[in-house]
Amino acid sequence: MTETRAISLIVNGRPRGATVEMRTTLVDFLREQLRLTGTHVGCEQGACGACTVLVDGEPVRGCLLLAVQADGARVETVEGLAPDLEHLTPLQAEFVRHHGVQCGFCTGGILMSLTASLRDNPRPTEAEIRDTLAGHLCRCTGYQGMVDAVLALVAAGEPAR
Amino acid sequence: MTAPASRPAAARRPAGGYIGAPIPRREDARLLTGRGTFVDDLEMPGVAHAAMVRSPHAHARVRRIDTEAARALPGVLAIVTAEDIADIQKPWPARMPSPVPGTSVRHGVRHTLPVAKVRHAGEVVAVVVAESRALAEDARDLVEVEYEVLPVVATAAAALAPGASLVYEELGDNIAAHIIQRVGHPERAFASADHTLRETFRVMRGGSHSMEGRAVVARYDEALDSFTVWDATQAPHAIRAMLAYLFDLPEHRVRVIAPPDVGGGLGPKTSFYPEEALVCWLARRLRRPVKWIEDRLEHFMSAAQEREQVHTVEIAFTRDGALLALRDVFTHDVGMYGALIAPVITACTVPGPYRVPNIHSEFRAAYTNLPPTAAVRGAGRPQGVLVMERMMDRMAETLGLDPAEARFRNLIPADAFPYPVGMVFRDGAPLTYDSGDYPELLRRALEIADYPRARREQAELRAQGRHRGIGVAICVEGVGLGPFEGAILRLDSRGRVVVTSGAPPQGQGYQTAFAQIAADMVGVRFEDVDVVTGDTGAIPYGIGSFASRVTANAGPAIALAGGELRQKILAVAAHLLEAAAADLEIADGAVHVRGLPDRGVPLAQVARLGNGGVAFGMIMPGGLQVGLEASAYFAPSQAGYSASAHVCILDVDPDTGEVAIVRYVVGHDCGNVINPLIVEGQILGGVAHGLSNALYEEAFYDSEGQNLASSFLDYPLPSAREMPRIEMFHLTTPSPINPLGVKGAGEAGTLPVPAAVAGAVEDALRPFGVRVNRMPLNPARISDLMHRA
Repeated sequence: MTETRAISLIVNGRPRGATVEMRTTLVDFLREQLRLTGTHVGCEQGACGACTVLVDGEPVRGCLLLAVQADGARVETVEGLAPDLEHLTPLQAEFVRHHGVQCGFCTGGILMSLTASLRDNPRPTEAEIRDTLAGHLCRCTGYQGMVDAVLALVAAGEPAR
Repeated sequence: MTAPASRPAAARRPAGGYIGAPIPRREDARLLTGRGTFVDDLEMPGVAHAAMVRSPHAHARVRRIDTEAARALPGVLAIVTAEDIADIQKPWPARMPSPVPGTSVRHGVRHTLPVAKVRHAGEVVAVVVAESRALAEDARDLVEVEYEVLPVVATAAAALAPGASLVYEELGDNIAAHIIQRVGHPERAFASADHTLRETFRVMRGGSHSMEGRAVVARYDEALDSFTVWDATQAPHAIRAMLAYLFDLPEHRVRVIAPPDVGGGLGPKTSFYPEEALVCWLARRLRRPVKWIEDRLEHFMSAAQEREQVHTVEIAFTRDGALLALRDVFTHDVGMYGALIAPVITACTVPGPYRVPNIHSEFRAAYTNLPPTAAVRGAGRPQGVLVMERMMDRMAETLGLDPAEARFRNLIPADAFPYPVGMVFRDGAPLTYDSGDYPELLRRALEIADYPRARREQAELRAQGRHRGIGVAICVEGVGLGPFEGAILRLDSRGRVVVTSGAPPQGQGYQTAFAQIAADMVGVRFEDVDVVTGDTGAIPYGIGSFASRVTANAGPAIALAGGELRQKILAVAAHLLEAAAADLEIADGAVHVRGLPDRGVPLAQVARLGNGGVAFGMIMPGGLQVGLEASAYFAPSQAGYSASAHVCILDVDPDTGEVAIVRYVVGHDCGNVINPLIVEGQILGGVAHGLSNALYEEAFYDSEGQNLASSFLDYPLPSAREMPRIEMFHLTTPSPINPLGVKGAGEAGTLPVPAAVAGAVEDALRPFGVRVNRMPLNPARISDLMHRA
């Protein structure tokens, strides 16, 4: 049950090596061993999307992937989006302007999904934005501020990051 | 890898002050960059992890707990049962008394771990602590508990039936409260009315489902015999009081900190739970910090819930559509434990914005073998609104009136405030509306929805065989409940104003809103204000974040203390500047003689003198008072009353039962607004919660008290795809009961949504004669309604 394995991966651009239990999920590994606590766990079963990170560029539920499955992968978390509080990405800045975050617990995962989605489709319609957000649950905002933030980003012709 | 982008706009002092300005939140940057401070994110060296052993049965005697196999697992630090914690196994104190004179609440006595028997599936019977959460859960699964299963009461009706199994034997029955309120002479009015209508409505249980569950870490300091507890709670001072009572410690040796970031609360995090006492006990036993993080299944099984009520309601009215009397008799499911907040509020919410001269309101609250209850966003109000607004729709139908017109004929006029309803509210004060303009609120909501055109379009669509419905709902919401909230304001050595208040935020942006109030009242820049919340070590007394109360309690306290701090700052500056305090002004981080910007002194220098004197050992010059600090507690004389009017236009597909919302208009009046950006966010979130209740969420418990919908796969919450765009406007009728004129907005959005959706669905399916008396209106229920129609 507690069998371990050594893994190496690139997290937010930085090579990391660690020994992990086989059963450790990617999100628990990121939070507990790498102390990247911006990615949260909301349901432990892939429904809420709070734990979403990018693995080789694609959004992945951190609670449904084992850390060993990310061996050799490039992983990006919300901490990797902005270098500090003073230099938000354009998407993050629009979230501030449009009140897209309230308690902020689900926000990290949402930003990762949107960042990947806007990279692939920089000009989404409102329906497409809502489709991307549909992989996430937020109990505070009603989503409208987030949708408006992305619409403003698109209208300004800015990339997400 | 990151393109630098513009910072959030710095908040310039808007003309007229910061209060009322849509200032972007200062909380956002840390939350957007993954640098928040949620309980499970805090660095806690040496922490051990707890996992709870929970009863699978809703009602059972605990015969034996065998922990041997679990103890043998490497990494397990302790396993604790009720016998082990005998020193803190005190009866929990009685909760809220009845606010209605002549009535009482019958309290079932609860302990941290159950004595002899469990009362709901999910109740904690033992706790395991290990080096990791995974190990603790491994060991938890090895704990063997032998139960003797007892008969279960899983609904209020079952609990109130003769011969029902007793949740608390000592009470002799399952009645938690039986409260009647009367206004006028309802029997006489019913006997002489042109028309009467009688209906039964049922509202389901539901959870809050904050995205962060409950979370608590406790650390014990042996030398000081004191606890520090980081807790994702809505009420840290109440948690402190309970822990101090259970551990027999003075309150100053229990410090409870709700960190600045709590991942939503929505009601249930106001309650005290066994897990909070258990992690403290274990931290003291192990001399290590102990952490427990609720998982989603545990949230479904053990966090407080709300809403389950069955109403039988009657109204009497004239042939012109004037309400004469209301009789509402309902049952409320308390679960195995809970304060009577919700049903008292429900009873008082039913009359709403209407003149109802005669009222008989009666409820029986019953203990059941379901999880405990508290408030969930709305706290009894959505049920009350549903009941009254459904009856208004039925009255309109009976008389052939437009539903909006039926409402206009009964709304309390704008010149009738303060308006006494004649009942007693949950705060113990008379249910007297402080201010409002309900006709204007409804008129504008209908205008924005272009109501006459919507009705024409509905008729055209109906002619084409399509099923569009329009729902209208309007309600009054008791907000800003007391008893008080406090604020301590001080000028620190850097010349910054530090605001400390007791109630902690769970996403409501207090760090921004409180700073706006303080900046205006002290006269400093917004960016020169820091805000501290939710720390019992920082402010001695506080109540908490619930009942849409914080802006109306903490706001005035900040304003009052801010005014006092300003005077103290000016007195010290007057000495430094050799000027009269009345001639001074504060601007750009300094105090100046008015009109002479060169003759000034930085706030930091004022702070150094005011808080530290000239130097050690030297007298305070000029008889100056020491301490640039002011504190104030504001205790409102009664609740304030916000109001909402919603118009919902939707299409129903009678074949699939699917609902598509076409337009959703929200009118809202919460008095003066501190930050419209934040208030709109609160309303939007509330509407989402209401739509979730109206269309999606449904708890299922079988007759054995087992939760049959205990994941987000079975208990759906709406995503962005299901949420319509909300069109919103504000009406402002300032509250006369506090100096800021504010009310409350945290729950408002939720209240009228089920009523508006129910009205719209029934309206859409009127050609089929469908009657909507039960929520939620998911496709299965609508198909069922169609089938039965």
